[in-house]
This record gives sequence, C-alpha cells and structure tokens, in this order.
Amino acid sequence: MMQRLDYLKETPSQTAGPYVHIGLVPNALGIPGIYPEDLGRAPVTDAAKGQRISITGRVIDGAGMVLRDALFETWQADAAGIYPVNDPRGPADPGVTGWARVAADFDTGIWRIDTVKPGRVPYPDGRLMAPHIAVWLVARGVNLGLQTRIYFDDEADANEACPVLGRIEHRERVATLLARHQGNGQYQIDFRLQGEGETVFFDM
Amino acid sequence: MTTTDQGPLYFRDRDWHPAAYTPGYKTSMTRAPFRPLVSLGSTLSEETGPAFGQAMIGELDNNLIMNFTGQPAIGERIILHGRVLDENGRGVPGVLVEIWQANAGGRYRHKKDGYLAPLDPNFGGCGRTLTDASGGYEFLTVRPGAYPWPNRVNDWRPMHIHLSVFGSGFGQRLITQNYFEGDPLIARCPIVQTIGQQKAIDVLVAPLDMNRAIPMDCLAYKFDIVLRGRRQSYFENRKEGL
Repeated sequence: MMQRLDYLKETPSQTAGPYVHIGLVPNALGIPGIYPEDLGRAPVTDAAKGQRISITGRVIDGAGMVLRDALFETWQADAAGIYPVNDPRGPADPGVTGWARVAADFDTGIWRIDTVKPGRVPYPDGRLMAPHIAVWLVARGVNLGLQTRIYFDDEADANEACPVLGRIEHRERVATLLARHQGNGQYQIDFRLQGEGETVFFDM
Repeated sequence: MTTTDQGPLYFRDRDWHPAAYTPGYKTSMTRAPFRPLVSLGSTLSEETGPAFGQAMIGELDNNLIMNFTGQPAIGERIILHGRVLDENGRGVPGVLVEIWQANAGGRYRHKKDGYLAPLDPNFGGCGRTLTDASGGYEFLTVRPGAYPWPNRVNDWRPMHIHLSVFGSGFGQRLITQNYFEGDPLIARCPIVQTIGQQKAIDVLVAPLDMNRAIPMDCLAYKFDIVLRGRRQSYFENRKEGL
C-alpha cells in the first residue's frame, strides 16, 4: 500500500453574510461598548513616509447594484516596498501598519482608504511587482472571500513590468485593477463582482 | 515583529470550498464572478500579513455573555473552543479569531434583522480572542437560535456562529461558520449546501464536548479551524544558493 499524504484540509469557507459588521466593525454599526474602537481603521499613521493618497470606490454586483453591505480588508507595503509583518527583508516604516478594514458606507455604498502609496515588492523570482494594495473582499452572497489588487494607472512603466499583471491573458482586463488618478493623490476604482468590466480576481 | 520567511502558501483546493455561483443561495447569483480566477503562486503580498498583540484584547472580549452590558445574556451557556491549525497540523499561535452570532432567540443586533424573536438587551453578539501558544482559543457565549431568512419561502438557518480568522499571511484569511451537532436544519440550509462535498460540510459541525463542559454551568462544543499550509520546513532547511 502506498504511503498516505496526511495533510489536513483547509476549513471550508462560508459566506460572511449580511451581518458581518456586527463581528468586524461593531462600533461603525452602532454597537459601542464592546471594543474601544474597531480594528484596522487606518493602514498608516501621520508619521508614515511616502506619498499620501486617498482611494475611493464602490462594489457593484452583476445587476449593477452598489453593495452597501460590502466589507474588505487591505494589506500593503510601506513606501519602500517592505511589509510591516513577517517580511524577511527587514523592518518596515513604523508609521505603516499595512492593514485596514474598509466598510462601504451603509447609505451610499462608497468606501474610502487614506494611506501612502506602497513601493514595489519583489515577485518570488526577484522581478519587481508594480505598486499595489492586496484586497480581500467579503459580503453576503460571496461564498469565499475574493482576492484582488489595487494598482495605480500613473505607474505605467512598473505596471508594464509587473509579473502578476503580466499573467493576465486578456489584456483589456488589466484596466479593472487600475485605480485612476484624479489629481492631488486622489484615486478612484470600483470593484465589479460580475459581468461587464468584471474585476480580475486571483487565486494566489 | 517577526522577520521569518515562512514560505509560499499551499494552493487552495477550490473544489473543497463552496463554488462562487450557487443558485440555491440566491444572493450568490449576482455576486459571483463569472470569469475564471487568475491563478498563480503566492507572493510576499499573500505570505506576509497582519499580526495582533495581546495588548489589544480586553478582559471580557471572548465572553459574549458578559461583554456587552456586564449583565448576563439570556440563553443556554456554552463554551466554543478549539485550535487553529495549518494544513501540516501545526498550531498557529497569536492569531486573531473574531466571532459574531444571533442571540439565543435567533435575532441579530442589527437594524436590518426584522425577525420576531426579541433582542436580548444584554447580548451584543460579537467577541474576539488571540490563539495561545498551541493555537488554542475559547469563547464563552450562548448557543445561538435558528432563524428564518428570505431566500426560498421557508428557509431557516441552522444554529451557527460566524468565525473570522487570520493566519501568518494575508492569503490565509478565512471566514467560515460552525454548526452544532445534531441540528436537523443543517441538511436543509442552502448556505450549508453551497459546499459540494458532504465531508467538507461535516467538518463545519462542532461536536458536543462533554470533557470541556462545566458541571452545573455550561456545555461545550469543539471546533478546530484549519488554515492554508506553508512550505515552511523546506525553506528552513534550504541551503544558501539552492
């Protein structure tokens, strides 16, 4: 008899459901008193080095409806391209925590992230990825959290050389990952879950 | 902050997880991506990830019976406990586990929940904790009630608790739900049935754990959570330049 591979199986995902905010951002939902403040309110402090940027957008479903119950988390490197936790290359800017929890506005569905533009991080083969923010999105109706990335449309050369963007076979879809610069460090990008202009989601 | 290279993540078995498009759960029909995922190995963006320290955890954060008003919540008192492991069977220490749930009557503290069951004034509905050195966690809470939800005409959610878990990398991020042994609604639930394999459903059902129950106080249920593994040992042994 062959030897067995005794790995455990990852716990199956289940949807975060419509009440994910009770668990992850109770203060924002109007359940004060349990935690002093919600986690992940900002990925940077005022002391963070680098270019200050703001990104806004919406999450839109296949019927064109804006999700007002979407919640996602972001994870990014500092301005020099170092991650604040577990990065084998050394310590990051202490002004950057790197992680944020972002809830769409309960009335408008618009979300906003205030941060610094991340630097370039190496791909496993040593080539540099373009500046990006990793995104993990959950909502009612999403059975397994969706992984995507926010890139920046004013980083044309870096985007052109990015080994991850380079793996997107349908080149016109790369644009779905590009936050569009509106001037003054303001960017805009929507996540489209399905259909026309559907955001590229990753299995990484 | 650790600076250990913990190695690439194991690939996710997408057949074991629920599919994105599951018509029995109607909301998934407009929220499921139709285009194939772009698949490639993990990078530092998925292999690094947020860490959380003991300092942020309050004394009652894992006690949902007392953490809202300081007066006890109503319902059947239970301990929910288990370990956070990776696919190699190693405990994952120091990671954040957050939970949320309906109260004992099956009602959430949320303005969009219009179920007839009353709100418990002493039950907020969320808790959090950090895993210990061996990956263990525990919560004291009330067993949540089942409740009806708008999907098909007469769909009911089985009793369940939502769990949100971090690992040692952002690519391990997971949200799931545990169900309770013996609940006849599990087999009828369209959200449970988004999972295609019965064996995968079975691991979401927490068994009654009388070894951990406290006499004259509370019952206990055991729920282990497995996160994606990493090719850690390979990297630890790898010689320079190989």
